[in-house]
Amino acid sequence: MSDDFSDPYEGYDVLSKWDTPSFNDQTRRVLAARRTPPARRFFTQEEWRTLQALCDRAIPQPERAEPVPIAPWIDADLHADRGTGTRYATMPAARTAWRQGLAAIDAEALVRFGTPFADLAPERQDAILTAVDDESLADPYAWEGLPARRFLRDTALKTIVSIYYVHPQAMSEIGYGGPASPRGYLRLGGDRLDPWEAPQGHWPEDEDR
Amino acid sequence: MTPDVGLASHGAEEAPRATAGRAPDVFSREGWVPMREHCRDEAVDFVIVGAGCGGSVLATKLAEAGHSVVLFDAGPFWRPLSDFASDEREQEKLYWLDERISGGDDPIEFGANNSGRGVGGSTTHFQMVSLRFRPEWFKSRSALGYAVDWPVDWKEMWHYYAEAERAMSISGPISYPWGPKRGRYPYRAHEVNEAGLVLARGAEALGVDWAPTPLATVSAPHGKSPPCVYRGMCKIGCSTNAKQSMLVTYIPRALAAGAEIRDLAMVGHIETGPDGRATGVEYHRDGGWHFQKARNVVVSAYSIETPRLLLNSACGRYPHGLANGNGQVGRHLMVHANHAVWAEFDREIRWYKGPPSMACCEHWNYDDDDPSRDFHGGYSFMSQGPLPSDFAGTLVGSTGAFGMDLRERMARYNRMAGLKIVGETMPQAENRVTLSDETDAFGLPRASVSFSYCDNDRRLYEHSQRFMTRMLEAAGGGNFLESASTAHLMGGCRMGHSPEDSVTDADGRSWEISNLWICDGSLMPTAGGVNPALTIVANAARIGDRMVRLAKRGEV
Repeated sequence: MSDDFSDPYEGYDVLSKWDTPSFNDQTRRVLAARRTPPARRFFTQEEWRTLQALCDRAIPQPERAEPVPIAPWIDADLHADRGTGTRYATMPAARTAWRQGLAAIDAEALVRFGTPFADLAPERQDAILTAVDDESLADPYAWEGLPARRFLRDTALKTIVSIYYVHPQAMSEIGYGGPASPRGYLRLGGDRLDPWEAPQGHWPEDEDR
Repeated sequence: MTPDVGLASHGAEEAPRATAGRAPDVFSREGWVPMREHCRDEAVDFVIVGAGCGGSVLATKLAEAGHSVVLFDAGPFWRPLSDFASDEREQEKLYWLDERISGGDDPIEFGANNSGRGVGGSTTHFQMVSLRFRPEWFKSRSALGYAVDWPVDWKEMWHYYAEAERAMSISGPISYPWGPKRGRYPYRAHEVNEAGLVLARGAEALGVDWAPTPLATVSAPHGKSPPCVYRGMCKIGCSTNAKQSMLVTYIPRALAAGAEIRDLAMVGHIETGPDGRATGVEYHRDGGWHFQKARNVVVSAYSIETPRLLLNSACGRYPHGLANGNGQVGRHLMVHANHAVWAEFDREIRWYKGPPSMACCEHWNYDDDDPSRDFHGGYSFMSQGPLPSDFAGTLVGSTGAFGMDLRERMARYNRMAGLKIVGETMPQAENRVTLSDETDAFGLPRASVSFSYCDNDRRLYEHSQRFMTRMLEAAGGGNFLESASTAHLMGGCRMGHSPEDSVTDADGRSWEISNLWICDGSLMPTAGGVNPALTIVANAARIGDRMVRLAKRGEV
């Protein structure tokens, strides 16, 4: 897996519309509040290191001097006990699931490589996550009955992407229009763009054609 | 009691807004409209629990006929123009985020796809697809050989569908390809976006009909609603009021007719008197528990909370919960299979523009004779336009993708299109809502839900994935990805023909307690293969008219 991201929409930034009719006051307020990530209040220092390493592998951002913060918002949600509406009968409550899941990922790293997850090289971290997703675990008992794949996909990855892909930088890199109220869009065709949308993207394989 | 979710809501989540003789003016940024208030100690004609598709419509009908009504909702009373942001995470405040315990072989994911919390219910975040049931579905057992018959004639429902479509100013095509003839939709169809044209091209290549989806967002100005601006964020709340949700259609009518609304008011118990009849509801608001007296109690809290409230109201006389002498409360819960196929195209689609489902196909709701059909029931499917965080969740949920691979796949967002079904599932007694041993922040036992697909359900969604893959391929797509999820809830307190196998009669009156009623999607005996909101609204309008007639005869 390559660790370079080729941005098809290089140069496009949804935030350039901040002072246009694509942004309303409440959206500006939400995005402004998100500039300052909250301090850690829920996880222990040890859990926090594992969580940050997990977020870095789920959404690697090597090209950014200041990566989009993800872990602080997970911590804040758990501190507030903000729910998702669902607790699978096979899963404990969210706070317990996160603690148990991070500890189990760390335990798997120790059993396989003798090193905590946060200190492993990225390829080894990826190997751990793939093993968790396949539930082919060297230390299945560390999970204490927590379903490993369900934790990884439905608890960890879904939460991580739900935080990353609402960030303006993530919206920009995929060419999404971003905030769009009150103006919305006039041209609905894929090849007919409003001037306030990202110009057509560029992909390597298009050059080859 | 529930943690605040939003950052931009001007206190809507902290303290009730509908107080002191006024309620929020939903068409303003910070204005008010007058609201009649009722005394707690004097019995009102009707208490209604839940201000969604069932409760909003019923409150309007009853108040317009001169009855005194108090309508409760557990969630906030929003003003969309100033409370709704263009942000997926912020707008999770529209969903019911309090935990339900979800079990069975195919546990349901709750939240965005099936539950609202707030005045207007889930119509503040529904995707506005407004299709009628196929007429035969009201007689599924006798006409099509599966499930059960509704205790309602399709022609009566057809009349109320037209009424609901007028009330919600549905924008739809001049001629609709399926089902019996219907009148013109009140508003012209919207221009179909590129994601919808993918469906259209695929349908034409395979020789099946398609249509611009009839949608509850206006294509021209209506009252104080401006025409839709194709912002594409319908699923996280319309911030311009083009969407014809309950919040901007029936709720203002109910208030104008004298109904009182109590927001941020969680009803915990229905009380019954020595004669076994309902006497009112105990509810939590403004930091404490209160009691509202009522001559009739209507539960309109949808397929999880309606059974939960009835079960949580158990007492000495009704040890198994209210209206549950026959053990039917909570049973026959249904979802819609929401399986999808996604494809990549070699050009940009930009599916974020416009309402997410602008084109639809009901072919498999109406074709009974195709040799490939190996299931009972039907499914419709629509073009898709998920927002980035939503689509990323689908990607990781169905593939486990992470790392640069995930970022690269998401970078193809603008070149994706997808088709997703609303697939009928069969009513099964063991798919049900019961009470958990755990309690919520109000001290009320949580709902515990069990759901498992049956073989017929699986054949239906597998058929749909084969068909939709063919259609996307015919439209020029490749790199297919399948995903599985559910949407909507139906049943849980079904209406029926007899007290043995249902909770209420055709009027929504519980068989067991004559002044306890149900009016919401939990009444639905079958799910059909279309989004349920329009059917719930139409059925509530029918029940409302019926209750007004019964009241005139002294039978309420």
